[in-house]
Amino acid sequence: MKLNEMTITGLRNLLDKKEIRPSEILDDVYARIEEVEDKIHAYLITTKEQAYKTAAEAEKTIIENKTALLTGIPIAVKDNMCTEGILTTCGSKILYNFIPPYESTVTARMKAQHYLLTGKTNMDEFAMGSSTENSAYYPSKNPWDTGCVPGGSSGGSAAAVAADECIAAIGSDTGGSIRQPASLCGVVGLKPTYGAVSRYGLVAFASSLDQIGPLTKTVADSALLLNVIGGHDPKDSTSAPGEIKDFTKVIGQDIKGMRIGIPEEYFIKGLDSDVEASVKDALKKLEALGAVPVEISLPHTEYAVATYYVIATSEASSNLARYDGVKYGFRRDGKDLLDMYMKTRAEGFGPEVKRRIMLGTFALSSGYYDAYYRKAQQVRTLLKTDFEKAFEKVDIIATPTAPTTAFRFGEKTTDPLQMYLSDIFTISVNLAGVPAISVPCGFSAKRMPIGLQLIGKHFDEASILKAAYAFEQSTEWHLRKPTL
Amino acid sequence: MALKETNPMKYEAVIGLEVHAQMATDTKIFCGCSTKFGSEPNSQTCPVCIGMPGVLPVLNKKAVECAIKTGLAVQSKISAYSRFARKNYFYPDLPKGYQVSQYELPICEGGHIEIVIDGEVKRIGLTRIHMEEDAGKNIHEGGGPYSFVDLNRTGVPLMEIVSEPDIRTPAEAAAYMKKLRAILRYLEVCDGNMEQGSLRCDANVSVRPIGQKELGVKVELKNINSFRYVEKALEYEIKRQINVIESGGKIVQETRLFDSSTGVTQSMRSKEEAHDYRYFPEPDLVPIVPSEAWIEKIRQALTELPDAKRERFVTKYSLPEYDAELLTTDKTVADWYETAVLAGGQPKAVSNWMMGELTKMLNDENKSIENCPIKPEHLAGMLKLIDNGTISGKIAKTVFEEMYKTGKNADAVVKEKGLVQISDEGAIEKAVDEVLSKSAQEIERFKAGDEKLMGFFVGQVMKATKGKANPQMLNELLRKKLS
Ligand SMILES: [Zn+2]
Repeated sequence: MKLNEMTITGLRNLLDKKEIRPSEILDDVYARIEEVEDKIHAYLITTKEQAYKTAAEAEKTIIENKTALLTGIPIAVKDNMCTEGILTTCGSKILYNFIPPYESTVTARMKAQHYLLTGKTNMDEFAMGSSTENSAYYPSKNPWDTGCVPGGSSGGSAAAVAADECIAAIGSDTGGSIRQPASLCGVVGLKPTYGAVSRYGLVAFASSLDQIGPLTKTVADSALLLNVIGGHDPKDSTSAPGEIKDFTKVIGQDIKGMRIGIPEEYFIKGLDSDVEASVKDALKKLEALGAVPVEISLPHTEYAVATYYVIATSEASSNLARYDGVKYGFRRDGKDLLDMYMKTRAEGFGPEVKRRIMLGTFALSSGYYDAYYRKAQQVRTLLKTDFEKAFEKVDIIATPTAPTTAFRFGEKTTDPLQMYLSDIFTISVNLAGVPAISVPCGFSAKRMPIGLQLIGKHFDEASILKAAYAFEQSTEWHLRKPTL
Repeated sequence: MALKETNPMKYEAVIGLEVHAQMATDTKIFCGCSTKFGSEPNSQTCPVCIGMPGVLPVLNKKAVECAIKTGLAVQSKISAYSRFARKNYFYPDLPKGYQVSQYELPICEGGHIEIVIDGEVKRIGLTRIHMEEDAGKNIHEGGGPYSFVDLNRTGVPLMEIVSEPDIRTPAEAAAYMKKLRAILRYLEVCDGNMEQGSLRCDANVSVRPIGQKELGVKVELKNINSFRYVEKALEYEIKRQINVIESGGKIVQETRLFDSSTGVTQSMRSKEEAHDYRYFPEPDLVPIVPSEAWIEKIRQALTELPDAKRERFVTKYSLPEYDAELLTTDKTVADWYETAVLAGGQPKAVSNWMMGELTKMLNDENKSIENCPIKPEHLAGMLKLIDNGTISGKIAKTVFEEMYKTGKNADAVVKEKGLVQISDEGAIEKAVDEVLSKSAQEIERFKAGDEKLMGFFVGQVMKATKGKANPQMLNELLRKKLS
């Protein structure tokens, strides 16, 4: 097995025993990137030179037996997280030349644990999309079938992990942007509780929904990365106070007696039959492991997509106002100030971003605010209540992550609504602020990966990680690799 | 443009003021940058206050404390749950494309401020006090096809104090502003410096015929940046509105800008052109839920306010209302006064010297009391020298001037300049005799009934003794010798 195919946990072991050196891992990772990146386009930029420099420092710390959690581990970061001195475009032309003078909290925490940044991964522009087709640069390809999308918006991160172009990756999830691409690429994707991971330095899409999380090859790696990136950050007022838990502790604990809720609203018409079959098999597997299935209802589920597209676009319309050509990024000069603003934003943003800015601007307009934004907030409260009530009866909830396996390029680009529906099972989770993980649970007839979503209570990542790990260890889906 | 005189007696104005006060914090409201005034452009900025991608605001607790303190001082209700909102609009001095302000749930609601108009106390209600961040400054200079932006002021904490439409005249508006400024300065929540923009004012003005209940169409006046302008701008605007109505026109709802150089208000934008700010709750900040204990702690630490201090000065120091009012408008003045009194100065005498000589001297040099070279203890010391007869009241003026010039205390000045009063009867008699011996003519006239010449004799002796003769003894001696 090549080193780039391994997991964080596996490499940690070899590194600490001094059987391998960080630079050797990088050799294999960059060889792989060299080999397949032309087909996958997972990265927007790679940071090879810097990675080798950091690897040299990592070797020293290993020799001195001062290793940290991520010493010598190559990790890719989605291009919407600010990395000091390294281009951060957010998949947009409007930030084509933006080099942040500051580091996001998440990457700073990984830096503190000596990670090696392999590069910045591709994404839908401003994380708006479910396929990476909205990237201003190029779409990423699904390693299982390069004619298919990797999902989005963290499609580059998911593809990089699936294609072994890194050991793990960091993504962000506003309505499913970690879990849906994880599901479509056959990797593990975790969206932590809102407030569990600092958003400082994450280029904002929808502030009340955005959350950073790991995309990994195994559940154990997901727990480990959450340990590194989670915890209170004084720079983010919405980050939760309190001590950081050690999520790796629950790995390996059994799930006997764990009550798993199965919401009827998630097994609906339009759900791909292969997906449904795999998820139902997965539920049986969980039952076999000692879990207790409980039928539940999340009655407001059908309003989630509409609610999401009011709230997320409203916040986005405001969050994206700062890209005005005045201070940084792309600018197209005009005959006066207004003309400069209009030309800059007309040329700097892609069509989906503009569509969402317009939707959000409309929803917040005087005379429409009550009918749209305020109403959406009220429905959001109902959706939260749905989960609270359900969690009185169950410990976790299991659903499919996405209604279908990866779709083909162009299949949904002409119909934004169809595209929006690919997040139908993931969106409620962001609106409620609860944590959820997608874990590989099978393959379709066309050999495309399928994901199982496990949803937990607020700040109870432990339960979903525990169940996901137990499930993963009793199956072999996560061991399959795409042939490229 | 001069306006024709109208009959203002038929109309009354309805005025509400929105005052923006810069809160006296060392750092900005959402980042650690300094709030110092007058630094190099853009030297007090960071990724947060210049709106770089991905950065987040962190609320400065000191700003919330300033707002709560103010609210408590003006009897507002401190909200148990309040939150920030985004006010969205594009402008180069607004780097995020929105201003973080408060909208639906401000930190303070209600309250009032009392003003005195023609000896009558009038209560002006407050609608709310809310917190917000200041914008930057666009600088148009150099003549090129571009402007400069200075973001030092971006994110400086402001509170907006919104009054009810309870104000009826420009004079009331000015009195309200003065009282509000005094309160803010007393609380040390704002330095009240209008020149540096620490206190800015917008006004909502409408007029209606006296007796009419419903309000006239309101005009928003922006950019009133000094006490003088508050009155001027309102006077102009009220006259303008009355003129429009009198000549059969209609007031249009609009925003007008006051130009202090011409004294005229000019239309800035109509209601139709008004921005739709698309306010919505700021998702990057959590709601403000101040604990009862915290509010109580702030309440306990509240200082005595101008009205209370004025009343105390009247009762404790037996000062006339007039003196007490003048001495308590500014807290530093009041503190100066009390220090002098506590150092032994007779209360009314201290007041007289402060309102007379001291004010004149400070005004001549455009100095405020903070920079007064005379220490309050020195004034008290000088008053003691008058009381015990060491110097005369007349000499005291010279001593006071010298104290102001040198910063020395009265004892030192009197000693150095040899200004001790002559109370030796023999010495005074000698001087009197000398003067009288040279004034045969004047003595004649005095004896013939020209009583006014008494002043002449006193003056001559004083001149001869360099003003040091004990005036009482001098008077007695002169009367004796001339009778
Ligand atoms: Zn700053």
